[in-house]
Amino acid sequence: MAATATSTERAVKTVIGGGPRPRNGNGFHKNGGGDDTPFQFSPARYRIGIWMAIGSILMLFVALTSAYIVRSASSDDWHRIAMPKVLWLSTALLVMSSVTIELSRRSLKSHNESGYGLWLANTVVLGIAFVVSQMFAWRQLVRQGAYLASNPYNSFFYLFTGAHGVHVMGGLIALGYLVIRTRGPRTSVDAELRRLGAADAVTIYWHFMDVLWIGLFMLLTFWK
Amino acid sequence: MAEATHTEVHRHPAPTGFIRKYIFSIDHKVIGIQYIMLALSAVAVGMIMSVLMRVNLSWPGTHIKILETLFPQGAPGGVMTPEFYLSLVTMHGTIMVFFVLTTAPQGGFGNYFLPIQIGADDMAFPTLNMLSFWVTFVGFIVILLAIFAEGNATIGGWFSKLGDSFAGGSGTVGPIGGWTGYPPLSALGKIAGPGQGAGVNLWVISIAIFCVGSLLGALNFITTLLNMRTRGMTLMRMPLTCWAWFTTAILALLSFPVLLGGGILLLLDRIAGTSFFIPGGLYVSGSLVPLHNGGSPLLWQHLFWFFGHPEVYIAILPGMGATSHILSTFARKPVFGYRAMVFAIFAIGMLGFFVWGHHMFMSGMSPYSAVAFSVLTLSIGVPSAIKTFNWIGTLWGARIRFTTPMLFSIGFVSLFVAGGITGLVLGQSSLDFFFHDTYFVTAHFHLVMGVASIFGMFAATYFWFPKMFGRMMNEGIGKIHFWITFLGVYAIFVPFHAMGLLGMPRRYAQFTEYEFLKNSHSLVLFVTVAAIITVVAQVLFYFNFFWSIFKGAPAGENPWEATTLEWGIPSPPPHDNFAGIMPTVYHGPYEFSVPGAPNDFIMQTDGENIVADHGGGNGGNGHKH
Repeated sequence: MAATATSTERAVKTVIGGGPRPRNGNGFHKNGGGDDTPFQFSPARYRIGIWMAIGSILMLFVALTSAYIVRSASSDDWHRIAMPKVLWLSTALLVMSSVTIELSRRSLKSHNESGYGLWLANTVVLGIAFVVSQMFAWRQLVRQGAYLASNPYNSFFYLFTGAHGVHVMGGLIALGYLVIRTRGPRTSVDAELRRLGAADAVTIYWHFMDVLWIGLFMLLTFWK
Repeated sequence: MAEATHTEVHRHPAPTGFIRKYIFSIDHKVIGIQYIMLALSAVAVGMIMSVLMRVNLSWPGTHIKILETLFPQGAPGGVMTPEFYLSLVTMHGTIMVFFVLTTAPQGGFGNYFLPIQIGADDMAFPTLNMLSFWVTFVGFIVILLAIFAEGNATIGGWFSKLGDSFAGGSGTVGPIGGWTGYPPLSALGKIAGPGQGAGVNLWVISIAIFCVGSLLGALNFITTLLNMRTRGMTLMRMPLTCWAWFTTAILALLSFPVLLGGGILLLLDRIAGTSFFIPGGLYVSGSLVPLHNGGSPLLWQHLFWFFGHPEVYIAILPGMGATSHILSTFARKPVFGYRAMVFAIFAIGMLGFFVWGHHMFMSGMSPYSAVAFSVLTLSIGVPSAIKTFNWIGTLWGARIRFTTPMLFSIGFVSLFVAGGITGLVLGQSSLDFFFHDTYFVTAHFHLVMGVASIFGMFAATYFWFPKMFGRMMNEGIGKIHFWITFLGVYAIFVPFHAMGLLGMPRRYAQFTEYEFLKNSHSLVLFVTVAAIITVVAQVLFYFNFFWSIFKGAPAGENPWEATTLEWGIPSPPPHDNFAGIMPTVYHGPYEFSVPGAPNDFIMQTDGENIVADHGGGNGGNGHKH
């Protein structure tokens, strides 16, 4: 404060810049000469959010995978079971669903609403089929007498497929939400942007579920 | 992507019903206060537990009436059993670490002030934000249930019906095993002794729930900060508090899933008969543990500490942010070396992921790994020292305004140095061999992670209270609270170092039976008296807090003459913070005493020409204006 207006030049410039301003206003007009731009929705939000979620889910599976690797080397009670063949069907279903959801995203981008809804519905069906197929794999193992606690390999098998399955079901709920959102009027630009963002995020998540499953399947098949 | 050229003002109307407004609110400010209230409740439980422990250590055999009434089994005749004491240790640690040190700094103050300080109208995902609080709240209820599932025969009986592993009512107040829950003890179930049934199950479930809540919060914080900064709020114009909350959120995002994974494995070992952590051939209570084989207890330690070490920084980084912010405000000087502070916060956070092994020097580790972990651990001293010197540099030559938040911030620096310096001792495996599992370790982490973090939060509370409630907290009571607490915590934890040097082991219910510790009983008594005085002094804080909400002096918009965005809006801020209009930021966050400026502080939203001569002042971050 001591340095205020010690020269004319400075004083003039200060006035041009608005000069010392009162500090006890109502708080809503301190934009320093800015305009009254309202808050806007930035579509990157859902994208960032889903990548963060993927990062944390990945850390969960990194932790479990490290446990798998450590445990497989720490004793001689590790016995592999014969992989249920139906897992290959599961894998095919999930890869196909990844293709259909990508088609639905592209339909949405080119404003093809009916194509979007159609491919979305296909993805939901394939996703449910994947979960059912995984349950068949579990049933097959139970019939063979391979339970959760029979052997550490089995424990991890059920754990990985179960944890992945839970995340797929979360994805199915999100897909269901998108399907519901295909109906109803398009009210505001903001709501429409949010719908596009959500579709984008669910697609990314669904691809991640696909890649994650392939990784887990390969781990369970090829690692010890 | 559709073009975002729409111009309608998008405002969420403020909710009117009581439930939507105060209970299931999606307003980040209400959620922040909910987190703070949760922490205030949890810390009271944790403090009562610590006093009970001190009483048992100092005057073994004391009759405590209330314990007899509440826990007739665990404290027959009001005298606590050693098992009861050990479960107090566990629950004190768990409640303090998770429900106090993780909730208040991040969920509480971060939730309330991060969106405002970056100029956003709310968090990125408000509903998710509400969920993250309520999930955390459920976690707290479950941990409280653990107390009564083991401590109360009736409630324990209900849990016993769920199966063998849920057997309850063993007369403790939760599990025995410390907040680290090492297997095999924690994995075996009731054959391992009291507190190992329902107590451990509920403890694991509570922590797993807490992990989920924290993950939702972390995701929200990161997205908000990256996506919703207002015009002109570049990364290097963010207050250091925002950098701290951001780094903390990254740590939480990457470390909590690992604890969640470990928790799932532990729970499966307990209730599903798997052998992730339980080795074969274990003899417990005179009998062979059946059906388990080949598990690795060390695996749990790796998973736990991979989370556990970043967790330490999750607790303290927000305190560092608040301290940097408050020191600058009341020193009326820019933060010394803003950029260095940002990089130091980030470096501490990232290095924190590579040092978990220093908790396991005594668990059986290759000496080569120990050296690697040791070197990495000591290297954290570098960014920590940068921060400390920059705090001192900020204070250097300043005309300090000694307000209560300032006192607590200076107290934070003091405690961080006092507690951090012993980290350099414990980080060396050769010295840790002696100090491990002694009171020296307890002294270290209480000072640096516990008390320093809490001082950061006290500073934050006194500093932001006027903004949150529109009224000032009482400065006189605040200063008395500061001096008793500041001297009190040193009186408690400095003697802990001496006890550690004497070889006094952690987690022992009593020391009276040990010849070599006979002479240190006066030290134990001294600590207990100091602890009781310090805990009682916290009543001043609680009183000041709740009294000031209703009766404090009206605060006005900017009582501290601070610069950041939250001080440009009314106290308390309206429902959507900035009334739907984006603020524009022209300045760094710490432009105090800028030559040529009309006041000794320049608000971030002040016009860019406010200092219109000689090339502009240096706003503490190296930018020219």
